[in-house]
Amino acid sequence: MALDIQKIRAQFPILHQQVNGKPLIYFDNAATTQKPQEVIDALSNYYHMDNSNIHRGAHTLADRATRYYESTRTLLKDFINAKEEAEIIFTKGTTEGINLVATCFGKKFIEQGDEIIISTLEHHSNIVPWQILCEEKGAKLNIIPINEEGEIDFEAFENLLSSKTKLVSIVHASNALGTINPVEKIISKAHQVGAKILLDGAQSSSHLEIDVQALDCDFFVLSAHKLYGPTGLGALYGKREVLDAMPPYQGGGEMIKEVTFAKTTFNELPFKFEAGTPNIADVIAFGKALEFINDLGKKAIKAHEDELLSYASAELSKINGFIPVGTAKDKVSVISFNINGMHPFDVGMMLDANGIAVRTGHHCTQPLMQRFGIEGTVRASFAVYNTKSEIDTLVASVAKIAKLKNKS
Amino acid sequence: MSINKVQEEIIEEFDILGSDRESTIFYIMEIGAKLPEMPENDKTEENIIKGCQSKVWLSASEAQGKINFLADSNTDITKGLISLLIRILSGRTPEEIIQAELYFIEKIGMGNIIGSQRSNGLAAMIKQMKLYALGYQAKLNS
Repeated sequence: MALDIQKIRAQFPILHQQVNGKPLIYFDNAATTQKPQEVIDALSNYYHMDNSNIHRGAHTLADRATRYYESTRTLLKDFINAKEEAEIIFTKGTTEGINLVATCFGKKFIEQGDEIIISTLEHHSNIVPWQILCEEKGAKLNIIPINEEGEIDFEAFENLLSSKTKLVSIVHASNALGTINPVEKIISKAHQVGAKILLDGAQSSSHLEIDVQALDCDFFVLSAHKLYGPTGLGALYGKREVLDAMPPYQGGGEMIKEVTFAKTTFNELPFKFEAGTPNIADVIAFGKALEFINDLGKKAIKAHEDELLSYASAELSKINGFIPVGTAKDKVSVISFNINGMHPFDVGMMLDANGIAVRTGHHCTQPLMQRFGIEGTVRASFAVYNTKSEIDTLVASVAKIAKLKNKS
Repeated sequence: MSINKVQEEIIEEFDILGSDRESTIFYIMEIGAKLPEMPENDKTEENIIKGCQSKVWLSASEAQGKINFLADSNTDITKGLISLLIRILSGRTPEEIIQAELYFIEKIGMGNIIGSQRSNGLAAMIKQMKLYALGYQAKLNS
């Protein structure tokens, strides 16, 4: 059944405002999505009613906060279809998830001469941690090239794989171009040479149905704030046997079983990787965001976003001077583009004058921009609360801006 | 025309544009397009102003005790901003440039028009122009 978008919009207070005298059109969803009222309320309710440190308190508030906190873990387990809650580790976000794996998996399993594979599409957060690790260990970082459409060269990937490959860390859906990678094929090939695989799900998790068991990935990372949830929070999924084999990330409270000055034993999963008092309020509010998505249904969300994407792509393509960047067959709702003769910063500022929020620049993917020989792009990205009429406004504004440098 | 007289002129021009942000931005881009061209071989790494998000090249030369600036940028809005500064400060003595108080920026509410990132960039451009003036002042007095 089609979604009632106006009803959904009514749940997002931030959308109902004017920016520069124009109704706000929020097309920067790949950077962060807005939050529904229930998520905002959950944050405030927690501090009004439930605030307490979790897990070891012997009182009612602590027990309540613990139950709410852990219920988000269960929701998230189901959201990505993990086998058990112990495989879900709360982090600060996707970046920390990747850094945790680079640090802990790297410490134990990466040695001199080993190889790690990433792709040209990666966000800096899926490049730099591996560069640091490779430098430290004397390992080699291999990069899968992409074609003009922004799709990875699968044959080149197969050629990079060898018995030296210990890990493949790849983006599920590109934040800069929207490209959805053929992850099933990638995972199965990686496993054939015995490599582990990490999927960066920062962009994919809000658009695609995720089933980590069916995918058979070893790690999956995501960020709450791109899933209609709070900022500064994310999660790392890891298969139990891999997580169990890894040393802890940080030392502190929560992650220990017993501490003596002679020796410390570590807690069970997932607490082994959650040192210190966690981000309790945001985890609880994140649960509301997951329920919001579940209530609408991923399939219905994807159908709506796909419709917006194909409509926007078709309409923008008619504009003289419009240059799409990344035209993969399989995409999430992201359109990256340039206007002939104009810098993306200028385009972004002019769109902002019309109340339209887009992202401009390199989108934390400088090597990808270098691949296309550009400094950056303008990126419009759509979420469930966006409408066709908002896209009409975008198209009209882009057309007007393009005319400055492209006489038709 | 004095530095302040030029500033008054600019304030008046922006006043006519009113509060419409889009036409103000179009105007800034328009004046940027009229900036005298900077020779390609002046666009060196050394002439890039640090602290700007977009690329801005600025060079200075001295003739008869007055400093002339040439500039360019890879973004049209930034080019418009530096062209305003050049209109005010080019062809002045080092002392005039060093002492210039560029109140037009606040008067026209430039911060609201261009946002905080670009305001920092604008401040970096002014600083670089004043640094050139200090350099030439020392040279001329020696």
